[in-house]
Amino acid sequence: MSDWDGRRWHDMGGQAAGPVPMEGHDFALWEKRIDALMVLCGQKGLFTVDGLRRAIEDMGEDAFEKYSYYERWIAAVNQNLLEAGIYSLEELATRMDEIAARGPTYAEAQHG
Amino acid sequence: MPHDHHDHDDYHHEGMSSSGHPYRADNDGPLTYWQRMEIAVRELLVEKSHLIPAQIATQIEVMDARSPANGAAVVARAWIDPDFKARLLADASAASREMGFDIGPLNLIAVENTADAHNLIVCTLCSCYPRNLLGLPPDWYKTREYRSRAVREPRAVLREFGLDLAESVAVRVHDSTADMRYMVLPARPEGTEGLSQEQLASLVTRDSMIGTGLPRQP
Amino acid sequence: MAERVRVKALTPPGHVRVPWYLRGKTGEIERPLGAFHNPEQLAYGLSAEEKPLYRVRFSMAEIWGDAAENPNDTLDAEIYAHWLEKVVIHAA
Repeated sequence: MSDWDGRRWHDMGGQAAGPVPMEGHDFALWEKRIDALMVLCGQKGLFTVDGLRRAIEDMGEDAFEKYSYYERWIAAVNQNLLEAGIYSLEELATRMDEIAARGPTYAEAQHG
Repeated sequence: MPHDHHDHDDYHHEGMSSSGHPYRADNDGPLTYWQRMEIAVRELLVEKSHLIPAQIATQIEVMDARSPANGAAVVARAWIDPDFKARLLADASAASREMGFDIGPLNLIAVENTADAHNLIVCTLCSCYPRNLLGLPPDWYKTREYRSRAVREPRAVLREFGLDLAESVAVRVHDSTADMRYMVLPARPEGTEGLSQEQLASLVTRDSMIGTGLPRQP
Repeated sequence: MAERVRVKALTPPGHVRVPWYLRGKTGEIERPLGAFHNPEQLAYGLSAEEKPLYRVRFSMAEIWGDAAENPNDTLDAEIYAHWLEKVVIHAA
């Protein structure tokens, strides 16, 4: 039996939490590219910001703790593009496999 | 004085990013699963003629060009031009565009700090931020800690940022739950009567426009 | 006098933009914002109706009760009309 009240994990206003961590980082190129893909695909009507948020919310709290901000965003971008039929899961899987063979770093693998 | 996290007088230090950190060398780290996904998604979008590479490069440049300096210019103008300030408080999107900032479809509301009220911006449901004016948000803005606590104990959060408000000052928290984005119009510091608009803008920090800080003293 | 509204205390699953901590709470309309496409439909790739959106101001005392840091501090949030109900004030 579950005693869940219906509050979803991302809806965190008012929950107990520790001190605000003040460390920052600058965005790497792959993160900036994800940001750009998000904006451009949104402008083209391939998905909406709410579609991206929905995908992130549905990933669950575990993803929030385990993955970084732009890791969750590329997962959400991909989820929405798959749902919109922009490419198939097979095309994505094959391409990700090819990319791994290009080299061990982002610098080597980033261009096909 | 309140501590400023990453605000600097000059947003473009040599060899440093716009927020004053060294650039990350992530291009040389081991290729991750999510980086492979980014490359694959980008290549498929180009091959299927949804995007061209130049669009992606241009969008990155557009985003990199946005920084708290844009908001600082808007604030400084509002400090010296009462008519502009009235227009900013009536419609902050139109006022920002009037100053030449390309903020896209951003619906911006400016909220004014006074002797009696201090405003604080948060997004508890995700991390909405006026990015088309101020650039990308600081990491702390996106954390569980800030998102959870800013609405329940804003005064304690502000103390962590070095800002201890008197009980006589009302705290007004704004949760960006839907289509609006917010910026704080901070109060003009004392002793700045003789300063130019540019000199005033240099006092306006990013955090002072989120509400977690105050402008610098001259 | 500002119009008083209560946020519906509903608990649907899925993508909604009404924070949990405001459900069932009463506030005042701070300003109307116009009509915007319903995020609850946009999120699922559906064509979305336009819904009126309001900024609603709540006192911290209303939201957090005795746990409020300062009862007179306020919180503003944007809430769609379909999540708001009018508060009828009965004469004593």
